[in-house]
Parts: sequence; C-alpha cells; structure tokens
Amino acid sequence: MATVPVDLSVVDECRALAGRVADDVQRYIDRHTTVGVERTVARAYGVIGADPEGAPLPNALVDRLQAAGALSRGVSWHLGRALLDGASSVQDAAEAIAYGGGSIDVAGGPSAAQARAALEGHTRAAIDRIDRARADREAFKARHEVGEAPLKYVIVATGNIYDDAVQAKAARFTGADIVAVIRATAQSLLDYVPEGATTEGYGGTYATQENFRIIRRAADEVSQETGKYLAQTNYSSGLCMAEIAWMAAVERLDMLLNDAMYGILFRDINMCRTFVDQYFSRRIVARAGIVINTGEDNYLTTSDAVEKAHTVLASQFINEAFAKRAGLREEQMGLGHAFEIDPWLEDSFLLELAQAQLVRQIFDRHPIKWMPPTKFKTGDILHSHVHDAMFNLAGITTHQSIELLGMFSEAIQTPLLMDRYLSLKSARYVFGTARHLGDEIQWKPGGIVERRAREVLASAHEQLAEVERVGIWDAIATGAFADVKRARTGGKGFAGVVERHAEYLNPLLEILEAGR
Amino acid sequence: MATKNVLRAYGDREGDGMVQMSFTLEILPGDRAREAAKRFAEAHGLREPIVSAMEQCSAQHSYFVVYGHSVHSVDLAEIHVEELAAKPLDRDEILALAKQLGRKIVVVGACTGSDAHTVGIDAILNYKGFAGEKGLESYKCFDAHNLGAQVENVELVTRARALGADAILVSQVITQRNCHKENAAALVALLRQEGLRDRFLLLLGGPRIDHQLAVELGFDAGFGTGTKPSAVAGYVVERVLDRAARSA
Repeated sequence: MATVPVDLSVVDECRALAGRVADDVQRYIDRHTTVGVERTVARAYGVIGADPEGAPLPNALVDRLQAAGALSRGVSWHLGRALLDGASSVQDAAEAIAYGGGSIDVAGGPSAAQARAALEGHTRAAIDRIDRARADREAFKARHEVGEAPLKYVIVATGNIYDDAVQAKAARFTGADIVAVIRATAQSLLDYVPEGATTEGYGGTYATQENFRIIRRAADEVSQETGKYLAQTNYSSGLCMAEIAWMAAVERLDMLLNDAMYGILFRDINMCRTFVDQYFSRRIVARAGIVINTGEDNYLTTSDAVEKAHTVLASQFINEAFAKRAGLREEQMGLGHAFEIDPWLEDSFLLELAQAQLVRQIFDRHPIKWMPPTKFKTGDILHSHVHDAMFNLAGITTHQSIELLGMFSEAIQTPLLMDRYLSLKSARYVFGTARHLGDEIQWKPGGIVERRAREVLASAHEQLAEVERVGIWDAIATGAFADVKRARTGGKGFAGVVERHAEYLNPLLEILEAGR
Repeated sequence: MATKNVLRAYGDREGDGMVQMSFTLEILPGDRAREAAKRFAEAHGLREPIVSAMEQCSAQHSYFVVYGHSVHSVDLAEIHVEELAAKPLDRDEILALAKQLGRKIVVVGACTGSDAHTVGIDAILNYKGFAGEKGLESYKCFDAHNLGAQVENVELVTRARALGADAILVSQVITQRNCHKENAAALVALLRQEGLRDRFLLLLGGPRIDHQLAVELGFDAGFGTGTKPSAVAGYVVERVLDRAARSA
C-alpha cells in the first residue's frame, strides 16, 4: 500500500492548535447573530413569499427589526410575542411585523421563556421537516445503486434551470454520481435568496428553493431510469449561506459547498459575518446528514501550489475544527484540495501524489473532495484532456472520495454536453485500469514523495502554530491563506452582524445544539 | 520562402484541407444518425466526411467525431489586422524605454461587473505573473493596482481618477450571453459621459477578447488567451510615451 510516513504526534498537535483557533472564534459566534441567521429561522418557521418587487418576506421582516434595533432578541422572540398577542399564524405575524402595524417595541414584552413556549409546536414542526427530508433522501438512496469512490462529480451551468435538468440527466446517463448546478456569478454577494424557478443567469443558475426542487425531480427520475442514484449539490456560501443550507436540508440535497473561510477570502465577505453564518449553516447541515465540501482548492488558484501546499493542509485542520464545533461528523466533512501544480514542472505528478496521499491518511474518515486542474488549463483541449487523465490517475491511486472531474474545455466555456461525456468516459477508463494501483505499490523510502509529505505536514504545523499565536482574525488580516488580506470589520455584510441580547431567543438553534 | 496568400488547412499533403470536428446531435446511434452526422459535416464544407466516432452520450443524444476535407480557404490579402505583438519587447527594453518618461506609469486593473474570475488580471498584474513571466507589479516602471473581482465600472473609474492612472486594464472572463461585451461597452460609455475617455489608455483582456473586438467596443487595445505580461507592459509603455510626446 502506497502510504507516506505521517508523524501522528504532529497531527495531534495540529488538531489541538486548530481547535484553539476555532474555540477563540466560537466564543465570538456564541455572542452574536446575523440578519442571515435570523432570516433562516424565519424561513424554518414557515415564513414564505415576496413582495411585488421580489424582495422576500424574511428579508422585509428581519430588516424592519434590524432597522429598529430590535434584532438582538432574535426573530423568534418577536414571532413568539406576536403569537402571544393573538396572531393567527407565524406567517400573519411575520407579515404584520414586516409591512407595518405589528409591534416591535421590546419594552414590556414577554420573557424569552414565554416566547419559546408560544413557538413550541412550530419549532417541533421545523425540526421535523428537516428530519423527514433526510429520512426520505436516505430511503430513496437505499433503493438505488450508489457509485464507487472516487465518486464522479460534474457540473452543469447553463443559466437556465430547465436546461440544467436535461444536462444533469445526461450526466447520470453517462456515469456521473453527483451533479452540481453552478450558481450565477455574484449570487454569493446577494443578501437575499431569489424566489422561484430561474431561466437567466451569467456563469450559472441562481440557487433558489424551487430550482433545488426542479433538479431533485430530474435526479429522482434519472435515478429510477438508470437504477443508480444521482446526488445533487449546490453552494451554501456567501451572504445567505445559512438560508441556503436550510433550503438544501428540506429539499433533500446530498452535499453543499460550505467553507468556514471561503467567503472571507474569495468574496470579501466580512469575517465576523461569515463565522457566525457558517456555524448556523453547519448546525443545519449536521442535522440533515448533508456532506459539506470545503474550498481549500481555491487557495491554489491564487497562490503557488508548490510553495503554499501547506496552507491547504493547515486550513483543512481549521475547517475540521469549525465543523466539529458545529456538530458535523467526520463522515460529513469533505475537506477540499486540488491538482493545481504547474504541469510542466519536473516531477510535479509526484508532488501531487504526496499531497493527496497525505491528506487521505490524515483525514482517514473524511470524504475528501479532490479538485481538478484549472489554473494551467489552456485552450488546447486535446492536451487538457491528458492533463485531466493524470489528475484522475492521482485520484484513484490515492483513494480520493469525491472527484470533481476536470473538463478539457475548462479554459474556454462552461462544459458542453459532449465535454462532460468525454470527461466521464476518461475517468471511467482511468479509475478502472488503475483501480488497485495504490494498493500494489510502495513509495521509495526517503524518496521524493515521502520527503514532500513530511515537508508539507511540518510547514502546516508551523503555520497553525503561528495562526494560533496571533488568532485567526489577525492571521487572515495578514494574508495567511491564499495570499488574500481581509480586515476584521471590512468586507461585505458586517452591518448585518448583531450582538445577542441576554434574552436572545433561537429555539431552533437550541435543539440543533442539544448535546453540545 | 514566399508567403502564401491563400491558405487551406494542411493535414498530410499540401491543399488537402483536413480538419476534424466534434459535436452532439439529438439522435441515438445508428445508420440514420451516421448519415445525419455526415450531412451535418458536409453542410459545414467538409468533403468526403468520415464519421470516426458515434457514441450515445445521454438518453437521447449522440456524440460524433468527423474528419473531412474542408473546401474553404482564406485570402491573407483581405485581412487587415493590426499586429500588436509584431515586435515584442523584453523586460530590459521595456524598462529602458520607460526611463524616458521620468516617472512611474500608473496602471489600474480589475475584473468588472459580476465577473469573479481574477485569473486573467492576476496573471498580467500580480508579481507572480503567468507562464514564467512576472506581472506588471514586478516592473520598477509601473505602479500597478489590482482592484480584484466584481468591481463596478463606477468604482473603477473613481479609483483610476484618484490614483492618477495612465492606463485602465479590464478583464472579462465570463462570457455567457455576451455579458463581457455589455460590461466593457458600459465602461466606455461611462468614461465618455464624464469626458474622461481620452484621459486613460484603455485595455481589455480575456479568453474571448481580441484586438478587433476591443477596438469595436471603444477600447484602445485587446488581449486574448495566452497574452504574457510583457506584451501588455510593452504596449502600455509605448503608448504612454506616445501620448506624452503628443501632449508635450
């Protein structure tokens, strides 16, 4: 078996350092909420609809509370209070508060305990809805054949959800296990989730609850037609990461791209906002049994993949620590990394193998997410196809769990139907022809692969010690990850962070946190 | 060797016109499908098409690879395109040239609109560079500012003015439904409206950009796939010197 030497005492120290980094942030998280978290709570209580301009009711509701400085009690407190005051339903209460009329004066209102009691049945129903969707998903999946690791993951990105559905079915037909609908560019910066089915989008299709349903319906159909399960994934990132996690949970999604730091680094979303949002989103994801995919692969698109490989590993330890604190099991943590070393560098394939094997061994229970080359892809599609084949060979040799398949047209366009077909065909060939390669070989003791694995772990340990010393806030501010620097109060969405009142109420979080 | 004026695709012999094409059609594999693929290729000007692959690639689609002799040719005498990279300057030449100006050249770059893909602008501007060449940040003669992704045109212009930019570099990677053209044209319109168009050298880059398209959109120059930082650096230095000479 082609393993690399891993010093377990160093791994333990890395986990302890990452744990302290996450604990520091957790203390902040536990004292704050955000407009995104509160909108998620409203949605979970069944608040639906939008005004004629398309502004969702959960936004109108939370914005009014926020503008009045009344959000620190939590939207639950206000909804519970309205029920105590005689509102006929949560929806009526939300409309009354959002569109005027409903009282939001916190003086003289009920205690948090009284509001919690008023919401009790609604809270149970909200949690039941997540549990039921999970049970339905697992039952349906159990009736179908499930792919063998590495699971073959492909993207569709037509901009029109109905075309996406056609392409998703075609992908399953030719061997895909997982389909991701790529989100419209810049959706991560929208501070609301659009409503309904969408047929216009640049670079992808909006993540909406209705779009999730449309793709799941297509995936159910093609799973039945082919006898093999097609999983669906989308993005739970950006300013609405928690709302999207909730929609995914109730619409039976299997996986979500969800990272504790991605939005901060790559979308310039404020770090306070992101840390609070990622926690609540992951609490929901944990309950729903969804597998997350973290985004460390992105570091290597802005930083050099040879020099900064250790930052990927360091970040994986941090993402793992945050995920544990949100109640995720290791089997739900699809930690990400990528095949992004300059392909013309001599022995780059050995360096890729070393990193992939190291990650595989350190995170042995985790469904590792392995990302294809993108940065060095060119318009020479025929050469790019060979580049992807090498990526597939590294993936099968090192037993990666989830492989986003490379597309030879990466540098040109979002994949055409035939591009995906050829990519799946090539992966099927390489995975089959080299199925047990990794079990049959051993790395040369003291050779390039072993030395590289040692070096990357040592550097990751060094970086984690530094991040722990200065704290994650300052580490990000000085460009520790992806060579991107972000200030604690800078970036988008900081105005949506609110300190919790002593009487803050969030009964859903209380249940999701049970046993913490 | 004399330059030929009329060009045909060269496969194995002079003038054979050999090309391959691949596509999908909504039909399942079979004799009719093969004939359909042949006729499709013939309609594109391929003579004696050979369907070398025909495979089912969804419940209702087939994937085809076809080889054939293209009947088409191009006449170079009819092509009028400015050769931007006619005499590429190397780093030392660029630095020597820039010295004549006696100050740094301020360059501001961004991915504009909703585009979140900084790979192009990073390759040209950042120290790290691309394809073994360091970016404009690494040149002493430039004061380069990379504003990153999803920068609105208004913000770009505001920053360019505040920094006293000589040149603005715009990168557009996402091209779905021609949003790259709309975004780029909107920047030119904004600059014209504010009477600032002539103040900046305006460059457009991206995988679907070429010089002709950029000029049509109102830019000074366009740079496509594979452009190296030195190509952009050389162009900017030469043009900024030109402008300085004209205004002197």
